[in-house]
Amino acid sequence: MSESVIITNELTKRFSNFTAVDAISFEVKKGEIFGFLGANGAGKTTAMRMLCGLSIPTSGRASVAGFDVYKQTEDIKRSIGYMSQKFSLYEDLTVKENMQFYGGIYGMSNKAIKQKTDYVLNTLHLENEAKKLVRSLPLGWKQKLAFSVAIFHEPSIVFLDEPTGGVDPVTRREFWNLIYEAAENGITIFVTTHYMDEAEYCNRVSIMVDGKIEALDSPTRLKQIFEAESMGEVFLKLARKAVRSE
Amino acid sequence: MRTLKFLLQKEFRQIFRDPSILRIIFIMPMMQLILLPQAADYEMKNIQLTVVDHDHSSYSQQLTSKITASGYFKLTDYSASYKSAIEDIEREKSDLILTIPARFEKDLVKENESKVFMAVNAINGVKANLGGAYLGMIIQDYNREVRLKWIQFPRLNPEPTIDITYSNWFNPLMNYKFFMVPGILVVLITMVGSFLATLNIVKEKEIGTIEQINVTPIKRHHFILGKLIPFWILGMVILTIGLSIARLFYGILPAGHFYTIYAFAAIYLFSILGLGLLISNYTSNQQQAMLISFFLMMIFILLSGLYTSIDSMPEWAKILTRLNPVTYFVEVMRMVVLKGSTLRDILPQTLTVLCFGMVLNCWAVLSYHKRS
Amino acid sequence: MKQFISFVKKEFYHIGRDRRTLFILLVMPIVQIIIFGFALTNEVKNSSIAVLDQANDVGTRSIIAELDASNYFTVQKNLNSYKEVESEFKKGKIKMVIVFPQNFATDIKHFNKAQIQFITDASDPNLANTMNSYASNIIMDYQNRINQDLKLPYRIKTEYRMLYNAQLKGAYSFVPGVMSMVLMLICTMMTAITIVKEKELGTMEVMLVSPVQPLKIVIAKAVPYLLLSTINITTILLLSVFVLDVPINGSIILLVSEAILFTLTSLALGLLISTVTDSQQTAMFISLTGMFLPTVMLSGFMFPIENMPLPLQIISNIVPAKWFYFIVKSVMIKGVGLASVWRETLILVAMTGFFLLLSIKKFKIRLA
Repeated sequence: MSESVIITNELTKRFSNFTAVDAISFEVKKGEIFGFLGANGAGKTTAMRMLCGLSIPTSGRASVAGFDVYKQTEDIKRSIGYMSQKFSLYEDLTVKENMQFYGGIYGMSNKAIKQKTDYVLNTLHLENEAKKLVRSLPLGWKQKLAFSVAIFHEPSIVFLDEPTGGVDPVTRREFWNLIYEAAENGITIFVTTHYMDEAEYCNRVSIMVDGKIEALDSPTRLKQIFEAESMGEVFLKLARKAVRSE
Repeated sequence: MRTLKFLLQKEFRQIFRDPSILRIIFIMPMMQLILLPQAADYEMKNIQLTVVDHDHSSYSQQLTSKITASGYFKLTDYSASYKSAIEDIEREKSDLILTIPARFEKDLVKENESKVFMAVNAINGVKANLGGAYLGMIIQDYNREVRLKWIQFPRLNPEPTIDITYSNWFNPLMNYKFFMVPGILVVLITMVGSFLATLNIVKEKEIGTIEQINVTPIKRHHFILGKLIPFWILGMVILTIGLSIARLFYGILPAGHFYTIYAFAAIYLFSILGLGLLISNYTSNQQQAMLISFFLMMIFILLSGLYTSIDSMPEWAKILTRLNPVTYFVEVMRMVVLKGSTLRDILPQTLTVLCFGMVLNCWAVLSYHKRS
Repeated sequence: MKQFISFVKKEFYHIGRDRRTLFILLVMPIVQIIIFGFALTNEVKNSSIAVLDQANDVGTRSIIAELDASNYFTVQKNLNSYKEVESEFKKGKIKMVIVFPQNFATDIKHFNKAQIQFITDASDPNLANTMNSYASNIIMDYQNRINQDLKLPYRIKTEYRMLYNAQLKGAYSFVPGVMSMVLMLICTMMTAITIVKEKELGTMEVMLVSPVQPLKIVIAKAVPYLLLSTINITTILLLSVFVLDVPINGSIILLVSEAILFTLTSLALGLLISTVTDSQQTAMFISLTGMFLPTVMLSGFMFPIENMPLPLQIISNIVPAKWFYFIVKSVMIKGVGLASVWRETLILVAMTGFFLLLSIKKFKIRLA
């Protein structure tokens, strides 16, 4: 078995009297596509924000790419990519300018930025849109672009927070092709989603209910354990137990 | 250093891409600089006067024409009665009523003494006071003329007089614009600098891009510098345009050196931008940020001595003016432009503003958290 | 109607939730009134002056004492030579120097004539002018007093009456001004921004597809600010009567109705701004730089309109605050009735109508 790049142990986040993330423990292996499932409000985003160094845990331990989430957040940030729920490229910059900017702040050399930009434009077939403002692109393209920007600096792990929200099925398919390609290149993928068909694409899936991880295994195994036809059914069986609602 | 370069490049691209921001940055302040100083003229030259002359004598007419010839007063109405004159005041058609009683001339000649009455609209106290004082002086002058006419050289000079000579330094033409233009320029630089910087950051919060920045290894001070520098440069550009307008439209050429102004402005912008950053750290949306910065700006501007003299304020307000960076810039601008003060003269102001800048910026850097 | 009420409720929730904003909206008028009422005056009070007394005799000493005793001046320094004048001015504290020549008293006695020189720092010409005339008055008084012993013939006496504001307080002209400024800003800026915000967030579209007439949606946004403004009007009036001692001489009902009318004008203007802009930033800048400075400068409350060049006098007519300022001054301080302000009232009504019509028209175009 290869090494673990994310290790959490009893990781907890409390907001005053509300426990958003309740002592979760899991490991993610290098090069894995790790699905992080849960209903709205289950604590997925909070957990992810802690791992990215955006939020300070209340208790428990965690390390990402070998760095501690309490003390070495800046080192973590250098090794990860992140794509948030909210679309977060600059709409008033062009496609090329966005890539140049993010590449630049990760300290890539001009030459590397240029090569990578050409490569991304080429794989996304965006050559003709390179000089257009991001604002003018259709949503599906924006999302693919945002993903490409998130892995632009070739991080070892990329965190995707509901990356395919509001996107049509064809584009979602294409989006997942990008994810597979990135995984083949050795990037670990940590992805949250509501789409159960997407869960099937993951190597392993964890399902969060009310801040706790209720199940964690490969999709095939989970279906066996819960005697379900699909991941959707597994999810419903677990989610029914939830007390918290949105 | 390279990170900073990329941050700056991005900011400038965004600024130059948005025509509405560019308009706001350049055209609005310029228009205001051209228009508003024209409005800010406090000189009392058109005090509207209503005369109620019950005497209709040659003396009363002489007095009236002497008053209108002085240039301070504009005779707007000859009223038959005090009552109708009061209506003029109520309609704002008149600021001052001069009532000359019947028998004015006779009393003066026969009884050696006569009276005139003045009623002043005193809602604006200063205007009332000055108007009354001017009119009083003209009447005394007239009095002296009458006296000289009647007392034909019994003695060469019947009364001791004190002659007053006036010399008005630094602004001998008493041009109010010379005073206001530098001040208004300060306000514009302040507003553009602090508002734009605040809004810029809060906007990134609102649309969520700041989160994307926060997961990158960007250093706190890089990010803040990346926001400060573009607006610092914009502020300097506005100062330059403003000074050119002052030269072209108002013929104002600073008596002191340009580099004194720029040196101070550089430090001033640094501290006012720090304030903007600080506000953006403590607000979560644009509306809030605008309101808070507007609220502060308003107090800063009103308590800067721009429109009213600080000397006349009560002690507590004087202390507030000392805690207000705008006060120092208005002061320095006027000192350098009108009096030709040098870097040495403005040293105390410079150091104070530098201190403000240090405190505000340190506070801003410390209160900017990349994680919650 | 029920839908309308639910929209109004929603707006109240928005405002109530954002405590910081609400706080500022309610506290701003209070702070303004206090600053304006107490700190901002155009009066010259305790101006620092210096004297260069080359005579140092009975006459000059008593004049200096009188200058110092007046409310206008504080004699800060005795200078020894002309050279010091410039350096004092450059330091900025001393605004005026009064120079007495040698032999001042003997000159008066023997030649019936003496000279005094006023040197002012005229960077602020208003201040210089005012100081010149106040100081001249004090010296004239002194001169009259020495003349009284001579029993001069043919004297014209002047009697003054200060109407409306016998103590010449600054607050009398500032309170009406602050009132127009606060109402204008809060209503115009806040309505413009809230509507544009919904546009930016995309929630405007959601509401526009709801079965409620668009006009109602827009009016619902204005209602809370109307209420907020009414609270502010009350606060301002209470503060001015009880804290600043500025009386309400006319009818309170008339005054409050006029204030509400002006609030409506500002709301309509805010609406208009919101229909022509798409971003909060622009909306704010238009309402702020476009409204705030002109309101301060062209409404007549800071600077007399009659002194302005003709084009600006004409422009000042389209500033709603100018008319409202006139109305408040008339009703509140002069105590006149509607008969004297009906023209200004009509102008405000017409402006409101015009802004509303224009924004409805623009709004429809947008929907089409």
